[in-house]
Amino acid sequence: MGYEILGLPLIYYLAMLGKVIVVFLFVLLTVAYATYAERKIIGHMQVRLGPMETAWHGLLQPIADGLKLFFKEEIIPSQASKLVFLLSPFIALVPAFIAFAVIPFGDTIEIAGYKIPLQIAAYYDTAAGKVIDVNVGVLYILAMAGMGVYGIVLAGWSSNNKYSLLGGLRSAAQVISYELAASFALVAVFMLSESLSLQKIVADQAGVFGWYVWKQPLAFILFCICSVAETNRTPFDLPEAENELVAGFGTEYSSMKYAMFFMAEYANMVTVSAVAATFFLGGWQGPTPWPILNFVAKVYFFMFCFIWIRATYPRYRYDQLMRLGWKVFLPLALLNIVVTGIVVTLFK
Amino acid sequence: MWPPKGNHMGLPLQRKIMEQIIFYILAAATVIATVFSITERHAVHAIVYLVTSFFALAVIFYLLGAPLVAVFEVIIYAGAIMVLFMFVIMMLDLGHPEKVGTPGIRDWWPALVLAGVVFAAIVTIVAAATGSPAAGQAIGVREFALVLFQRYGVAIEIISMQLLFALVGALYLGRRQGKGEKP
Repeated sequence: MGYEILGLPLIYYLAMLGKVIVVFLFVLLTVAYATYAERKIIGHMQVRLGPMETAWHGLLQPIADGLKLFFKEEIIPSQASKLVFLLSPFIALVPAFIAFAVIPFGDTIEIAGYKIPLQIAAYYDTAAGKVIDVNVGVLYILAMAGMGVYGIVLAGWSSNNKYSLLGGLRSAAQVISYELAASFALVAVFMLSESLSLQKIVADQAGVFGWYVWKQPLAFILFCICSVAETNRTPFDLPEAENELVAGFGTEYSSMKYAMFFMAEYANMVTVSAVAATFFLGGWQGPTPWPILNFVAKVYFFMFCFIWIRATYPRYRYDQLMRLGWKVFLPLALLNIVVTGIVVTLFK
Repeated sequence: MWPPKGNHMGLPLQRKIMEQIIFYILAAATVIATVFSITERHAVHAIVYLVTSFFALAVIFYLLGAPLVAVFEVIIYAGAIMVLFMFVIMMLDLGHPEKVGTPGIRDWWPALVLAGVVFAAIVTIVAAATGSPAAGQAIGVREFALVLFQRYGVAIEIISMQLLFALVGALYLGRRQGKGEKP
């Protein structure tokens, strides 16, 4: 391992690449099988079987769906704004993936004498003897969450279709409203941890009773509800309410570009689940002694809740959605911050 | 000892060169995207270019050791203000480049004067600068917040009051207009 590039040992680069590939594959596979799980779970909740034909109990269904979409005809509306139309699926998909860069998914491991933290944007500082990660990790996640909305708005606008445009506009309004409340819910958490580094936030939650969900139950509930709204999932899936808007922003999209929007929705679910697990359920610090298993189990638990909610609740009306966001969640989140501030100052 | 000790000043030469290469790529991206956002006649396309430019600028801030400023650039400018711009443009249906006429000299002379002033200031600063600028040490959130709310605390409060006034004013104007007609 004596080989060095730009003053850093080779293993540093290999570890970085390895982490990126592992996380990317994890998110991609989870996205693929979340679609299968969703159909299966909702199927069983409604006393149906769900997909059964492709392989044993339909296990190859996501792959069959992917292949089908891949070979579908690609249609671009003649009056569409072409560049933006082609670009927006990527703008929707990429932020969901890159938000994962700052989420710690395991403890520090040791390979060939080098300590490697299981978090993409982090390294082990041998001089200081601790893991250094992005010191604005929380804000980075919020920034990336705000970027995804461009994909949807631009898709809606560039399609040159009124249903698409209305879907896109609704989505913009909804995401902005709920992002505020979700961000304010997270503020209360980093007031307790006194750091914006996710490494520190996870380190603070040692033991099941150290999880922030016990200290910040209101913030946890607010964040969960707001993240359902932010990912445009039922009961807040108004941007693609099919009875009023055909398929919302995605009306004109076909083939792989449609698949990318689909993937973006599920990748956002995975990211939001990972964020919720990291902030409130201790990330990889969990009930079992295997860090990665803890993390994955928590992410899948939240994913299951997303699907469960979809099978259970009817869709909200648009004015109800806005009223809920601005008149209930935002004041509650602000109140939570004030109370947390008072408590932190009094009991310091 | 790995990674090498110290801040930006103590880095090996190769990494400094690496950072410079990244900086120039980003600087080029910022300038090109900004030029496009000005020359583009289509409002929505212009916004897309402007957001690209904000992104490149944010990474430049990060390279300069200001992660907080970088993230705020993305959250506030790219994430909030530009989305609102886009929202308004789409609501008012302004995206018709064929209807927009070319502005004459009477429309843009104030912008030209201001640009001249800014350019002169930059030239003066660059000419007066001696040596290389001090490489920044990454500033943590805590230090940033302390300076912001202790040293400039009053100014911050005044600015936030001003924003509140603007908000209340907008609400008032919106209400009065809606009174006459039934929704």
